Amino acid sequence: MRRNWMKWSLWVVAVVVLSLPVASWAQLTTQDIAARDNMEAHVGNLTGHANSGQAKYDYRRYCVGCHGDLGDGNGEVAQWLDPPMWPKPRDFQLGIFKCRSTPTGTLPTDQDLYDAISRGFDRSAMPIWNVFTKQQRVDLVAFVKHFSPRFVSEKPGTPIQIPPEPEVTADRVKNGREIFARVQCWKCHGVTGQANGPSASTLQDDLGRPIAAFNFTEGARPKCGSTDQDIYRIFMTGLDGTPMPSFADNIKPDEAWDLVFYLRTLMAQPSKEKDIARQLGLKPVSPNP
Amino acid sequence: MNRQQVFVSVLAITVLVCCGSLLLNKTVSAAGEGKITGTVKLDGEAPHMKPIDMSKDPYCVKANPTPQKFQNVVAGSGGGLENVVLYISDGLSNPTESTAVQVFDQKNCMYSPHVLAMDIGQTFKVQTSDQTAHNIHPNPNPMTGNIPWNQSQPPGAPPVEKSWKATEFIEVKCNIHPWMHGWFAVVKGPYAVTDENGNFTIQNVPPGSYTVSAWQEVYGTQTAKVTVAAGGSAKADFTFKAK
Ligand code: HEC
Ligand code: HEC
Repeated sequence: MRRNWMKWSLWVVAVVVLSLPVASWAQLTTQDIAARDNMEAHVGNLTGHANSGQAKYDYRRYCVGCHGDLGDGNGEVAQWLDPPMWPKPRDFQLGIFKCRSTPTGTLPTDQDLYDAISRGFDRSAMPIWNVFTKQQRVDLVAFVKHFSPRFVSEKPGTPIQIPPEPEVTADRVKNGREIFARVQCWKCHGVTGQANGPSASTLQDDLGRPIAAFNFTEGARPKCGSTDQDIYRIFMTGLDGTPMPSFADNIKPDEAWDLVFYLRTLMAQPSKEKDIARQLGLKPVSPNP
Repeated sequence: MNRQQVFVSVLAITVLVCCGSLLLNKTVSAAGEGKITGTVKLDGEAPHMKPIDMSKDPYCVKANPTPQKFQNVVAGSGGGLENVVLYISDGLSNPTESTAVQVFDQKNCMYSPHVLAMDIGQTFKVQTSDQTAHNIHPNPNPMTGNIPWNQSQPPGAPPVEKSWKATEFIEVKCNIHPWMHGWFAVVKGPYAVTDENGNFTIQNVPPGSYTVSAWQEVYGTQTAKVTVAAGGSAKADFTFKAK
């Protein structure tokens, strides 16, 4: 009888001790999964829910064909998209996004994803989703986030500070041209912005697929937005997952505006900057300073 | 107290002490640290490493009067294999952390060193000595906890300081100069990288029995078992078959 009791208590202790790590592990993973299922997104005063019927319905109906059931970018349509002409759909599991207000190597904000979905991606199969209500889009942001464990374990980066946009002047346009030469944007984009720099032909994205640099001269819309602020953000944060790097450590915040103005002179769209360049008789930068 | 009570309380105390020491374990510092030394050799003829065509960038051509070769396999005259990472893959309970700040330089359009080994959380500095723009673009698997980033380093750029969160062999590239290719080898605990003769010394190894791993970017990983006595030196040699 006594023996039995001792044996029994020994077993209980052993089982409890052994199951401790298992229990805490199981708790962690189930918590993790729950956190992903209940993922939220906040844009303005709207809150999106990944577990809302609307988010699931919209994703299944409008996104799954390209981005796939698991959000890994392997929907049925993906096989027909051939980069660099047709970039592959984003793999949401990796949590790596092109259009961010946050520094390179960090997660985007909910607003960034909301803007990307609303804007669509020029020169790609990714449609513009501005027909959806705002609430639908915020729900979709939450749904996109729920595919990546990174949105549970990491916080989005802190958005970069953008100083107020100054007045365009001839000096600023000229200084922008100097910066374009100094930090050597032309290595990829070419001295005239035609995406024909010496390194353009060998560019690959992080998954080893060929990718083209942006051609400024064709009138194409940048994928991450066309306003001056958007363009500022593009080269100060970089497009993660692509060769386009961040220049945040190399261009001072105020001078970054000068570069934005210079980039306008390369673009096809008429602009004040283009007029200034014409008056100044600005030549393309020289590749060998 | 009867015997049952004594038994149960002894059991309870044992369990508590065990759990407690497991938790405290981290702060115990090891005395009498020893080292592991050895040589890594290549058995057979090293594969031909092509000279690099740098004609995309005249600066790089000028910087290298004799063309550089790819560095995926670098074997010395005696068959010693350079750039192999040695680390302790098993048996280390509480490694001392490495804190030295190492430098990864972009020089003459090559990475120096080709393989930079480091501890989890150890800060390293990426700098450029070149008068041409680079972008430094490591490509880890974000699922490990190491997140990729991509920063430009034009001439005169300030160094960037970084560290990694998890063990992984991370490829690093420059998209501007596609031949530039190197590695961040992130390991846990003390490590070493072989010199041009294939020799290495892992310092600061507490006494104990370990599995040592040798990693080479083309040939993969080999392991060996060693026992390090207090203040002593253990030996581990490795041979990779050329292919
Ligand atoms: C016809 C295919 C297609 C459909 C349908 C589609 N996408 Fe995409 N999506 C893409 C492609 C391709 C990209 C990558 C574009 C690029 O990299 O230039 C992309 C990229 C994205 C990104 C990445 C944003 C960034 O900054 O990197 C998000 C978010 C996204 N899609 C959300 C959605 C949502 C939400 C839906 C459904 C409402 C949807 N997509 C439907 C093809 C599609
Ligand atoms: C290593 C090559 C490389 C360098 C250097 C580089 N870019 Fe890019 N850039 C790219 C690639 C590739 C893309 C296209 C990314 C994509 O389509 O996803 C791009 C895209 C862009 C875009 C369009 C982004 C969009 O939303 O579509 C702008 C604007 C831009 N780059 C500006 C710059 C500026 C300004 C510099 C210099 C400060 C610069 N780039 C330097 C490779 C580079």
